Amino acid sequence: MSKKTIDLWVGVFVALGLGALFFLALKVGNLLNFKEQKNGYEVMARFDNIGNLKPRAPIKSAGVVVGRVESIKLDPQTYEAVVRLHLEKNFQFSRDTIAAIFTSGLLGEQFVGLEAGGDSQMLKDEEWIKKTQSAIQIEKLISQFMFSKAQETPATTAAPSGAGVKP
Amino acid sequence: MNFLAKIADWFRSIGTATRNGITRLGFATRFFWAIVRASGPTFMRPRLLIREIYHAGVLSLVIVLMSGLFIGMVLALQGYETLVRFGATEAMGVLVALSLVRELGPVVAGLLFASRAGSAMTAEIGLMKTTEQLAAMDVMAIDPVARVVAPRFWAGVISLPLLAAIFSMLGIYGGFLVGVKLIGIDGGAFWGQMQVAVDWRNDVMNGVIKSVVFAFAVSLIAVFEGYDATPTAEGVSAATTRTVVTSALAILALDFVLTVFMFRGGVN
Repeated sequence: MSKKTIDLWVGVFVALGLGALFFLALKVGNLLNFKEQKNGYEVMARFDNIGNLKPRAPIKSAGVVVGRVESIKLDPQTYEAVVRLHLEKNFQFSRDTIAAIFTSGLLGEQFVGLEAGGDSQMLKDEEWIKKTQSAIQIEKLISQFMFSKAQETPATTAAPSGAGVKP
Repeated sequence: MNFLAKIADWFRSIGTATRNGITRLGFATRFFWAIVRASGPTFMRPRLLIREIYHAGVLSLVIVLMSGLFIGMVLALQGYETLVRFGATEAMGVLVALSLVRELGPVVAGLLFASRAGSAMTAEIGLMKTTEQLAAMDVMAIDPVARVVAPRFWAGVISLPLLAAIFSMLGIYGGFLVGVKLIGIDGGAFWGQMQVAVDWRNDVMNGVIKSVVFAFAVSLIAVFEGYDATPTAEGVSAATTRTVVTSALAILALDFVLTVFMFRGGVN
């Protein structure tokens, strides 16, 4: 094995190792925000509550992935979440499209669902989606259910036993 | 009387074993300082170091690449089995990345390195001692620790962290292949949730620190066992076995200690 070959292989090995460290830092650890090549357009939407939505979550229309969530910020004036949606350019949506946050499965990840409306004007880059529907929070659902149950229990237990119930 | 003498013998054997263990530990520590003191020539003449990195690192590359890929793919398959019950298959990226970067990358790469490169180092140095090459160097006024031991030690210390990083990267790619390409999890969720969950300092850096600690431990054990080998064919074979066994135990024990200090009480 000549010196040159050994040098070459050691160089490849060290470069590969450092490359792997960079990969772990950037792509996995997200040290810097990785921007992918843009090929499409971006629209914004306001939500009262985004639940567990995360950047890079999918955007689906009729179950088909049409884009990705670009970023999520809080509007300090209105205390609403401002979500930037990156949509692929071959999917056009009308201006009265409804954006809603859904959950896939019971505890699965959340995604943005788009339901197209009937407007003939299409959404353009940097425009706002006006109609939105927030994420359903499972805690709220449970507490609503518990309260409604708690309210109806006295009535149901009181009815069969009649006047025999003591306070 | 005979009975008492037997008991005394038994206690004496325990005492001898303990004293020998402590002696070897002290010898290993002093050997480490000798290596550090004699490592000037290693860095003054990088050719020695590069040759050893080639033997320890580059030649271990194939086994590390293959095992990383397969472990990542198996993690993804097994993780899917569990996650699908909770309908949380999108968290597979998090599962694969965290288990590889925090634990499996440094530990499995360390174990592979100990058995692939550490055993070779021990056998080489032990055979040099058996054939009296080290003694001959000493006669020619060449310090065998500086010429033979230190380059191998530092090559191991440099190679293992790089191998561990490559292992983790390939493992995550293997998880991506199985999870996204084969099973059909959403690719954006795989990477996106991984990037939200994996912290640069807490997860990635701690994994790197682990692999550096393992690198020091494995390399020291390998060169020490070789240098300390009984100069016979049998002695070299016993030393090689001890290298693999001791390195594996050291890696797993150190891993526990480091994990306790690094990740106690969750992420923060």
